[in-house]
Amino acid sequence: MRQVSLELGSGGKLMRDFIAQHILPTFKNPVLEHLWDASHLPPGIAFTTDSYVVDPIFFPGGDIGTLCVNGTVNDLIVSGAKPQYLSLALILEEGLDWEDLKKILNSIKKAAVKARVKVITGDTKVVRRGQGDKIYINTSGVGRAVAKPRPNKIRPGDKIILTGTLGEHTLAILLARGDFGLESKIKSDCAPLNFLLPLWKKGVLWMRDITRGGLATILSELAETIPYALLIEEEKIPFSRAVRGATELLGIDPLYLACEGRAVIIAPAKKAKQMLREIRRNPLGKNAQIVGEVTKSIGKPGELLLTTLTGGLRLLEPLTSELLPRIC
Amino acid sequence: MKEYRDKKIIRALLKRIEEETQGLPAPVRIMEVCGTHTMTIHKYGLKIMLETAGIEMLSGPGCPVCITPDEFHEAALDLVTKRENLVLATFGDMTRVPTGKGSLQTAIPAHDSLIKIVYSPEEAAEIAKSQSEKEVVFFGVGFETTIPSIALTVKNAASAKLANFSVLSALWLIPPPLRAILEAGETRINGFLYPGHVSVIIGKKPYEFIAKEYGIPGAIAGFEPSDILLGICAVIDQIKQKKPGVHIEYTRAVSPAGNPKALALMEEVLEEKDACWRGLGTIPRSGLRLKKKYSGFDAEVKYGLKISGKTSDQPGCRCGEVLKGLVSPPQCPLYSRKCTPESPHGPCMVSLEGACLIYYKYQE
Amino acid sequence: MCLGIPAKVVEINDSNLGKVDYLGTKVKTNFSLVDTIQVGDWVIIHAGFAIARLDEEEAKETLDMLREIAKSSE
Repeated sequence: MRQVSLELGSGGKLMRDFIAQHILPTFKNPVLEHLWDASHLPPGIAFTTDSYVVDPIFFPGGDIGTLCVNGTVNDLIVSGAKPQYLSLALILEEGLDWEDLKKILNSIKKAAVKARVKVITGDTKVVRRGQGDKIYINTSGVGRAVAKPRPNKIRPGDKIILTGTLGEHTLAILLARGDFGLESKIKSDCAPLNFLLPLWKKGVLWMRDITRGGLATILSELAETIPYALLIEEEKIPFSRAVRGATELLGIDPLYLACEGRAVIIAPAKKAKQMLREIRRNPLGKNAQIVGEVTKSIGKPGELLLTTLTGGLRLLEPLTSELLPRIC
Repeated sequence: MKEYRDKKIIRALLKRIEEETQGLPAPVRIMEVCGTHTMTIHKYGLKIMLETAGIEMLSGPGCPVCITPDEFHEAALDLVTKRENLVLATFGDMTRVPTGKGSLQTAIPAHDSLIKIVYSPEEAAEIAKSQSEKEVVFFGVGFETTIPSIALTVKNAASAKLANFSVLSALWLIPPPLRAILEAGETRINGFLYPGHVSVIIGKKPYEFIAKEYGIPGAIAGFEPSDILLGICAVIDQIKQKKPGVHIEYTRAVSPAGNPKALALMEEVLEEKDACWRGLGTIPRSGLRLKKKYSGFDAEVKYGLKISGKTSDQPGCRCGEVLKGLVSPPQCPLYSRKCTPESPHGPCMVSLEGACLIYYKYQE
Repeated sequence: MCLGIPAKVVEINDSNLGKVDYLGTKVKTNFSLVDTIQVGDWVIIHAGFAIARLDEEEAKETLDMLREIAKSSE
């Protein structure tokens, strides 16, 4: 490939290859090689960064401001850290509407309060009209490590818990773009996952927020790193009626849709029910479900399998290429 | 609606099929023509359950992404990567097909050009209307289900004198390749499951030659699992009674005469042509192109594209035989070794309705 | 791609354009390929066009047949 294509940023195979073939070899170090959403550093700090190029910048249920706080905060939380501080770097396009900018800053403020983080440093740049699409944001986050993910302790019988319904963020973006002539009441699920933090001290083994690539990609990637298979049941996966309708209409597989406020968790077998109860206590987790488990009696190690509605078995692969660019 | 997917009903239908196939030479081989049928059969785990009940399902050539030769994709790629100010509007499925020149998914458009995924040909025409400074090309690939919509969009574009709009068309007809497959006599087929939505447009008459000239029964089925199983029951009935015909299972959507309005539109805007199908070769009168009076909206004419329709498959790729129901995906040497969903070598692994991708995704 | 979904007509204007509703999501639809459609009818939509009216009588008959089959196998 002689030029960068849009596909590189999609979170699919091209991006994974890029990281494996260019990023890791160039910046060799044991911290980076974990490729966790946030990296753990001595003494007990976690650090992460994310850039936001979502198009459009306003969508039902949020905007680029809400996203840039929650996305980064969630990376810390699922990596076992309590989020504390954010940096905020703004790249603004000449001509950006002042009222829009104020709205976004206000969203950032509100989201930061909800996520209990402080914006403590930042930067502002402006580029010429036509050289940056309205606004791009980078946030880096620092948090205090409360635990480290332990995928190596995952055993058959451990349960897979989903904290809520899938796919609303992606569909909210589609709606906001006016693509496909769709109309729906769907709102982005963009939200901070702070309510999951106490689970770390209670022994949760692993968490990821379900972003680009969707549930199927996130779980396939986990499956590839453990000597067991993961089995989830289609019947148990929570979807809102609106998402069900929109995905069937468009012929999209909802298992690959990105969210911005949902996580998938591996809970030790004996603690799963209790953890589910705790998750459900929070309004953001009210639709949480145990959707599957780790298994060694079905499938081969490294596989992610789905039991379909009619009892058939299906192998789920990680997303190879994204349906939509610039959803986060 | 949910009842069409009800477990109890599906089990009861499978039981009936198993009973009915007793006494018939096993296995009964039924070709499902349409890619969406293939997908439903695998998605609901029906393939294995049908095998137990004495039915072997063969995938047929009804996957438009699978049978469209690379040259069309390469023409689309050339248009959007070499011409400025051009919007290439396409259905999502087409963007992942790998060709010698790459795929639309990883293509880098020329300055001020864009690849846009659309849901309807009308969306493409609307882009042309609202962005008159851009040339808009709709990459229109499909069978009879989609063809009338494309025809209507072109007709409307002509009335509106939408000079910046055109269609790069790869339009295919379902009945001719079925005849070609039967003529070749390479596959033993005991019955057909005809595509429900193609039949909404064309009705049952175009399939009657299969019953009359080849004595092979068939049923037009809907896309829910119980539709498919009911359709298979109807085929077995015809086999047992030695009365081959064309049964309509999908009565809630298909009329025997099809959709006369849609057919009239196709007649008005399009004309038949000989077409080269990937894997099947040239089949007479199996494709459609825009009539001369609409040639201003034909991208091939407008941009002087030279599409011979020949295909250049990867060495070892047996997509062609898969499309004819001659081999099943695992019999292709590339399947799951070199050719996987992550790095597909042929269209059967790329298309969401491709037999190889479906087989891979739903293997047990 | 035979992807066709049964949906309910919720809006239709004089130029045969309108919307259908499927499980709460509405989609812009062109009804020019079908005859005399009214709000409340069910249609099969494909690529933004209604390609057939869904015959509710026939749908009911098919469902009745399926229920019969399920019962008789018990």
